This record gives sequence, C-alpha cells and structure tokens, in this order.
Amino acid sequence: MALKIEARRQISTRMLYMTPFIAVFATVVAGFFLFMLLGADPFEALYEFFISPLETKYGLSELGVKAAPLIMIAIGLALGYRANIWNIGAEGQLTLGAVCGGAVALAFWEETGFYILPLMAIAGMAGGAAYAAIPAFLKTKFNVNEILTSLMLTYVATLFLAVLVFGPLKDPMGFNFPQSRMFSDSAILPIIWEETRLHAGFIVALLAAVAVWVLLTRTIIGFQIRTLGSAPAAARYAGFDRTKLTWFCLMLTGALAGLAGTFEVAGPIGQLVPNISPGYGFTAIIVAFLGRLHPLGIIASGLLMALSYMGGENAQINLNLPQAVTGVFQGMLLFFLLASDFLVRYRVRRLKPLVEGA
Amino acid sequence: MIRPIDRRTFIVGSAAAGLTLASGPLQRASAADPLKIGFIYVGPVGDFGWTHGHDLGRKAVEAKFGDLVKTTYVENVAEGPDAERVIRKLAVDGNKLIFTSSFGYMEPTLKVAKAFPKVFFEHATGFKTAPNLSVYNSRFYEGRAVVGHLAGSLTKTGKIGYIASVPIPEVVMGINATAIWARKIRPDAEVKVVWINSWYDPGKEGDAAKALIDQGVDIITQHTDSPAPLQIAEQRGMLGVGQASDMKSFAPKAQLTAIVDEWGPYYIERAQAVLDGTWKTSDTWHGLKEGYLSLAPYGDAVPAELRASADAIKAGIIDGSIHPFTGPIKDQKGEVKVADGAKLADGELLGMNWYVEGVSA
Repeated sequence: MALKIEARRQISTRMLYMTPFIAVFATVVAGFFLFMLLGADPFEALYEFFISPLETKYGLSELGVKAAPLIMIAIGLALGYRANIWNIGAEGQLTLGAVCGGAVALAFWEETGFYILPLMAIAGMAGGAAYAAIPAFLKTKFNVNEILTSLMLTYVATLFLAVLVFGPLKDPMGFNFPQSRMFSDSAILPIIWEETRLHAGFIVALLAAVAVWVLLTRTIIGFQIRTLGSAPAAARYAGFDRTKLTWFCLMLTGALAGLAGTFEVAGPIGQLVPNISPGYGFTAIIVAFLGRLHPLGIIASGLLMALSYMGGENAQINLNLPQAVTGVFQGMLLFFLLASDFLVRYRVRRLKPLVEGA
Repeated sequence: MIRPIDRRTFIVGSAAAGLTLASGPLQRASAADPLKIGFIYVGPVGDFGWTHGHDLGRKAVEAKFGDLVKTTYVENVAEGPDAERVIRKLAVDGNKLIFTSSFGYMEPTLKVAKAFPKVFFEHATGFKTAPNLSVYNSRFYEGRAVVGHLAGSLTKTGKIGYIASVPIPEVVMGINATAIWARKIRPDAEVKVVWINSWYDPGKEGDAAKALIDQGVDIITQHTDSPAPLQIAEQRGMLGVGQASDMKSFAPKAQLTAIVDEWGPYYIERAQAVLDGTWKTSDTWHGLKEGYLSLAPYGDAVPAELRASADAIKAGIIDGSIHPFTGPIKDQKGEVKVADGAKLADGELLGMNWYVEGVSA
C-alpha cells in the first residue's frame, strides 16, 4: 500500500480561513496531553496559560504591550509576503529603528518639547527602512536572495547596537555598564491606560493594520502587490514594475519594524540596552502567517502570540512548568497551522500497488 | 572614581527609609502564611553555570526555612522589555522578597521597586539602590587571581584564553586579575580575550574556545555560563577552568578548578532579615573570606606543589595579607596605573575600564 499526495482541484476559501482556529484548537488539545505528561493538572495548566493572563487589568495591558511590536512588524511582513518578497530580517530593521530613534532621544536628553517623540518616530522609520534598503538594492540590482541578506543583516544590526551602547551612547555615569542614559520624559511614549505600561504604540499598531488593509484592498499598488504574489505572470503581462514593488514592500516593512523598535525603547525599556527585542522580528513571521497575511487577522494572531508568552510565564510561576513550554506551544501552533493549511490544499490518497514492489 | 556620587554614602542615606518600611506588614509572616520569595534568572536553571548557582542558592533557602518560605523562579527571562513584566508579576503574586539575578535587570528592578514600596528587592551585580532595593555581588576577581596563578604555572605556550561575555567592570576585573597573577609566574604570559556578547550561548562559547585553541592557547578560562568551552578543552586535550558552578562532570580531565558561586548564605541572610523585620538597604560585596565564592577541588592536572602555592594565595586573600590588585600594575600601554605597593580601592575596581599589561582584548 502506498500513499499519494495530490492537489485538491477546488480549495475551500472557508476552510482556508478556518485553519487558524483549527490550529489553535489542535494546539490546546495537544497542550492538554503535554501538560498531563509533565505531571501538571491539564485543566489548571491550560487555565494558567490562556485565561489567567487576561483576568487582571495589568495582564490585559501587558498583552497590548507585548502584541504592539508583533502586530506592527507582522503587518509589514505580510505585505511583502503577499508579493512573494521574503523579508526575514525584521529583527535587524527593528534594531536599527531602535538605534536611530534612541539616538534622537539621547541627542535631546534633558530637553522638553512635543516635537521630540515625532522626530524619534521619523528617525526610527528612516533607520528601519534604510536597513531594509540594503536587501532591496541587492535583490533588484543583482538578484540576490533577500531571505539570506535580510537574515544575515540581523546579526550585523545586533553587533552595531552593541558597539554603540558599549561606546558612544554609553551612559557616562553608568559604571561602564553597556547601556545608555534613561531617556527624558519627553522621549517616553505616553501611557494610554493609567498605572500600566500600555503605551501609545499599541494604538499606532492598530492604525497601521487598518492603513495597510486599506492599502491592500483599495489602492492600485495594493492590487499590484496581490497580483505579483498570486499571479506573477499576469503581473508581468500587465506591466507592473516588479523592482518598484520590491522596493516599496521592503521599505515599508523596514519602516514599520523600525518604528516598532523605536517604540520599544521609548516605551517599556526607556533606554538603549544591548538586548532590545526578545526576537519580535522572528516571532512576527509566525504572527503574519497565523493571521493569514491579513491585516485584521494579524491583530488577532499578534494578541494570541503575546498571550502565549505571558501564559508561559504564568505557568512557570504558578505551576513550576519549564520555560520551554512557551516555545513548544508556539511551535505546535505553527505546526498545526501549516499542517491544516496543507490538508486544505492537498489530500492524501491510498493507492493499491499495481506492480509488486512499486 | 568615575561616579561623582559615592554609592555607599547614598545607601547610608536611603537605609533609614528602608528601616521604617521593614516594620510593616511583613511581621505577619508565620508558618501558616509563608514568606514568598521570587527569583528571576537570565538563563535556564540547567546551564550548570551562573543561573544554576543562583538556583542552588534558592534551594538552600528552601532547605533552611522549610515551610516558613515559598520560593518561585522564572528562568530564561531576557534582559529587555520582558524583565519588568516578570518582576512585576512576581510582586503582584505576593512575593515579598524578590531576587533579580542579572545586571540587565537593574532598571526594570528599580522601576518595579518604586511601584511596590512594601516589597523588598535584591539586584545582583548592579549599582542602583532604593529604600527597598539592595544590591549584592561577589568578589569573583579573588578567585580569578588563584586561577591566574594556576594558569600561569601550567601553560606551556604562554597563551591563556578568556571567553568573556560583556565588557562591564566586573568582567574586566576578572580578566585583569587573571593576567596579573599569571604574569607573576610567567612574565611573558598573554591573556587572549574573545567577547561573545552574551552570558549564555553554548554554541558561541564553544566556537570561541576552538578559535582560541587554534591560536595556540592551551588553557581556557571563561566568564560565560555554560560548560561548552570546558568540553572543547577536554576534547582537545587542553586545560580549563569552570565558571560559577563546579563543572567537573563535563570535563573531568581538563578542569583545573572552578570558581564556584555560593549565593546560598546571602539568600538565607536576606530571607532571615525579612522574616525578622530587619531588612535594610545594603550593598554587599563579599568574597572568599565570607564564603560567597569558593574554588572547586583541584583537578588531577594540578600537581601537589602548585596546589600548595595556590592554597597559600587563597589563604592570603582570606586573611587580608594579599590584595589581588596590588601595585605595580601597568596598563596595556605600559603606563603605571597602580603605584608600587598601592592597592586598588573598591570604587576604582567597580569602574574598571582598562586592561593590564599582557591582555589582548
């Protein structure tokens, strides 16, 4: 007996949109057994993981703090992925954005002014976009694979940040510790929910999602992006400028990642440190796909992914489960999503061998 | 001194405020209502290095106080935006004493300490204190002096490798102590430093060890937290020194000794202070003498004579007759930084940002 995988003639659109829910459900079920194997009460563990972070005002606000950069980056990435432009280096663009925005904050240290934050945001976006311009240039000029260049530039960005916080941007009063001064109040994002860390960046992330949604569905360039991804031949036939679209997608992704980086240093961190992002740029890739590359879906998946981090912490604190559980959960989520995606598009058929040994 | 405000004078001022706080609701603590103590770790408890050492300290607290305390830990918390949330979560959950065990938690700890004035915080290896925030650290450089002595005596090539994390004074101090004491035995010894910009990254640590050995290094020392460099030293038939915990099981032949952190006594002392209602802001920087660090039993590669001379240095540091940073000490350019017979003061050590002669970093 052999198995054969074949493409389905008709792909159900409804099923395609159902897959994230199927994946979440499968993850919960698998998580149930995982917790049982780990010797924890599975109901209690699932409760700690998915419900308890949402029970308090503080938990809810932290969900927003954690989801804001994920959403903002994933929105940009999704735009590129729609056009088959694979920017994997959002982490590096985030870092450069944080560096540029942070440098502005430090340049205006101990000064006050309403213009400082907007200036930081512009610098952060410019920094992220400029960093994404490198893979864009290499891709359009020399046809270098942007997956490789953008990914490798991430490590360069991290080291660049390290050089700065160990050198020119180091706090002169800081006992040689590799971190900048704390930013002044004028360079810190306003808090939108009292007594929490939820900052204005969350609102900006939501607005960015809506803006990109409008861009994709209501503008010519959005149409071109979608065509380039789903029917490259048609796009070429219609005379869409692939080079221009590549630049547009990478720069926009870079700018959004850079803004997310600026918001991290101007929000929850409040200074430049050697480690700014706990892998937001990479997690955002999962967020983008889990959200079906749809801006509104990404808001939901960003919140879900943020929840998985916080749930993991709660499970550690209250149930003494290992931290690796968080990673396993995120991995399962992506695995089940890809698996159900695959099964929506393909089907597995049993074949009877026609010839012995075939 | 780099810092215009002496941190010790600052602490004296804030200690008074700490006293009044300490007599608050904590005295309720009884067997029925255990003192909750939280720990936040930068690495996994299974790193067999830094975090492992802190977790042994946590277990020592549990063993000592039993039902009087309930400890919780969160491992692998990145130094960054997540740290504040985790520390805050521990505070919200009713932990009355919270240990934050990595230098990158300094600002987040300070922020949360301000928001929870009735919770006591303890930050390892930092320098910012508050009425309810103490700092603690160990004089690792004392152990490094002994390690330098061993390495200087045993190196054949005269090249000692040093896998370093991030160039904060604590790490610079350790590199310098190793170099100074190695060169007392072997005046041409060179300490070759590789920075990996991380406290825990077994892959990078191992690669750095390989690169160093390829450059002629025959003894590997490290200020990173995994046993990976030692394992490489073992495989290549070289020697090495364990970090933060006794790593002998990973490199039975290669390990000369290990600098073993002993956080247990400090953690027990601080928990006791909270239980007694006597907790005060403090800045603790203890070493070999107080038992806050120790050296693991010497490996077979250390001959009897060398054991005796190493033990003599250790004993000298403990009784105060030896200060690891006693002049003359020259910097890399050959300029005398510490005059003959002078000793570097703590304040100068805490801001150390220069390398001694013989270090190539």
